[in-house]
Amino acid sequence: MDILDILISASFWAATIRIACPLIFATLGELICERAGVLNLGIEGIMTAGAMSGWLWVYNGGDLIGAVLFAAAVGAMLGLLHASFTVSLGLSQHVTGIGITLLASSLSYFIIKMLLPESTSPPKIVPFQNIDVPILSSLPFLGEALFSHTPLTYTAFLVVPIIMYVLYRTPWGLAMRIAGENPVALEAQGIDVIRVRTLAVMLGSALMAIGGASLTISAFDAFYFGMINGRGWICVALVIFASWRPGKALLGALLFAGLDAFQVRMQQQAGAYIPYQFFLMLPYVLSIVAMIIVARRAEYPKALLKPYRRGERL
Amino acid sequence: MESLSVNPASADIASGDSVAPILSISGITKRFGSLAANQNISLSLHTGEIVALLGENGAGKTTLMNILFGHYRADSGTIEAFGEPLEQHSPEDALKRGIGMVHQHFTLADNLSVLDNIMLGTESLWQPFSRRSVARKRLQQIMQDAGLNVNIDSPVRDLTVGERQRVEILKALYRNVRILILDEPTAVLTPQEVDDLFVLLRSMASRGLAIIIISHKLHEVLAISDRVVVLRGGEVVGNAETATVDRNQLAEMIVGRAVERPCVEARPAGEEILALRAVTVRDRATHRIILSNIDLQVRSHEIVGVAGVSGNGQAVLASVLSGLCTPDEGEFLLQGETLKKPSPRLLTSKGLARIPEDRHTDGVVSEMSLWENLLLDELGQEPVWRMGMVLDRRTARQQACQLIDEYDVRCHNEEQPVGLLSGGNMQKLILARNLARDPDVILANQPTRGLDEGAIATVHSLLIDARNRGAGILLITEDLDELLRLSDRVVVMHDGHMSESLPGAGLTPRELGLRMSGAFDNNAT
Repeated sequence: MDILDILISASFWAATIRIACPLIFATLGELICERAGVLNLGIEGIMTAGAMSGWLWVYNGGDLIGAVLFAAAVGAMLGLLHASFTVSLGLSQHVTGIGITLLASSLSYFIIKMLLPESTSPPKIVPFQNIDVPILSSLPFLGEALFSHTPLTYTAFLVVPIIMYVLYRTPWGLAMRIAGENPVALEAQGIDVIRVRTLAVMLGSALMAIGGASLTISAFDAFYFGMINGRGWICVALVIFASWRPGKALLGALLFAGLDAFQVRMQQQAGAYIPYQFFLMLPYVLSIVAMIIVARRAEYPKALLKPYRRGERL
Repeated sequence: MESLSVNPASADIASGDSVAPILSISGITKRFGSLAANQNISLSLHTGEIVALLGENGAGKTTLMNILFGHYRADSGTIEAFGEPLEQHSPEDALKRGIGMVHQHFTLADNLSVLDNIMLGTESLWQPFSRRSVARKRLQQIMQDAGLNVNIDSPVRDLTVGERQRVEILKALYRNVRILILDEPTAVLTPQEVDDLFVLLRSMASRGLAIIIISHKLHEVLAISDRVVVLRGGEVVGNAETATVDRNQLAEMIVGRAVERPCVEARPAGEEILALRAVTVRDRATHRIILSNIDLQVRSHEIVGVAGVSGNGQAVLASVLSGLCTPDEGEFLLQGETLKKPSPRLLTSKGLARIPEDRHTDGVVSEMSLWENLLLDELGQEPVWRMGMVLDRRTARQQACQLIDEYDVRCHNEEQPVGLLSGGNMQKLILARNLARDPDVILANQPTRGLDEGAIATVHSLLIDARNRGAGILLITEDLDELLRLSDRVVVMHDGHMSESLPGAGLTPRELGLRMSGAFDNNAT
């Protein structure tokens, strides 16, 4: 059985984890924005900008950790831009988000083109290397599947419980969740809604940018055109799939990544007699099916998409 | 009345208290555009005192309290709390100073637990952890002291309206407020919940909490407050100890003229125009029977009142009669014709008019203009719709202006969005839209909920006029006074069942109250 062979190979599971890494970062980023009441459709562009700026930092001689921080800063700035339109001015979150995506991705390509006008193949950098966790990585099967990844991949999995803790166990997380549920309640308890939402969007956007950067400085070693390739939109869907819960977001990211890793292997095995496009399509079709099953009963944050303006007649 | 319009400076003396007030507001003025919402308002408050702020919708009560709590900034005037001035403050400053507010529309997050809702804003945002168990203990202590109880772990969406209000009060108590503002706290409560709330407020006041309660319900104000301050048109028009005034004096101060609610005169009813025969409705999800074997008849020239504590099937009854819900069993007859699948559109064309329970969500489209809203029941009819398709805007506007005039809807012009109207004027607009068609049956669901005395009288006389012209009216209401004044016959609903009809004349609230608690199956007359 071909399919069974794929499922029991450690490399399939390792690939799933590797592919999930950018999705986890970006999905959590989108989740934070939406939990605070702001849809961030700038995600696709912010991931592109993160991928570009992380790579650029290393290409210019910076270190890898600095690259992650630089990408996060670029993402936070784009988040601030998104927030200043959607939160401070209360403009349409859809339109602004798509505008940010167009701006950020075009700007990223533009900068690359300006820096390297002549290059035909994108220059490579030295990305994060796999680190084998002592002892655990020598376990049969599990060692290769789970404990031989780049530091950024491990970080992605660590970020999930951190975000859960922040959202559910800290005063700031509570303020963020209420900003997305009933901003008037926040105001009535003396907390500035605009500030909470703006910070949430900036934090979320920083995570998205790290997700993008993980492609250029962890999964691959160069910046390609069209490299985000719709991953941002998948993350928007994953947030709904996850019913706005970080734990389920991790599950969704792994599910999608697993389907992606699976389809690549199916292509290799059955590509001769089934067109490869069919396999490319598979994860997306199955995501839609999963969405229909899981997300029908999803409870939106009540104030998602609703701008809050202070001092308006209540 | 002159003797009651004491100026605020001497009100402290009038209240018989030589202790300095803990809160004094003086000379507050606030304008929204050209509208003066508050004009030179002064007010004072002492420890343990319950002051009622009384006035019609739009008199400026809520605006004043929003200024006090820091949602709005006053254009001029000063506020002094606990001996120190409060200037250009935010809600945060107000809370720090010990002023809490329970808003009319609750400021709770439905998907979060009671504890989360209460803890919000009580800890530094940058604290890396929440002290939940400490908060839980403290909250339990507060609940025990105040004698109020809610399940602090359940999400707010599972609570009843009364419980949500208790959460709002707890939120304020948790922050050690010493002045509590309650904006229309009884608007959404059942009579039993109102009683519970008043007991709670009294006991909190006796332990030193000062309370300002905003209301336009006279009997409640008389029952709960120590002192009343009456606002009209943004100005203080009366300030008196509650014990020294009676209901009529207050009503006159509020409206500025004597108001009498109209009564119906008995007259024989005509022919049956609307009837339900053995109608049963089951809940779509749970298949529980929510309307059980209902027999109901409405004849021309009569008003049939439906009494009952809210949530006993009145809402389902209203959606059956307005075509939003098709009965599972039984017959629905309109003008002697059995309707198999009634739709709102069909019912409207057959002469049914509806005054929905929630005028904001079901009655109007708030963002659209007055004249557009007046068209909603007559889509595709001459002369406004030429050939039934093309909107003749000029005729529509003219017709709207005429209706606005006729029904005395106070507004700038017909282009104004309906959402900006006060509740009373919005209701008059809905009545105008419905009554202009000269309907044969009117379904009036809570037609005066949330309206002030003046608007209530207008709505009542419009309904009585319609009845005298020959309409049959089904009046669903929780206001017993309204029910008894207007109804020719009364039916009572309890737990999805309906009592036999009782003649309206000579019926007492006590008799009704007994039936409202379900005692009608055996002794129905």
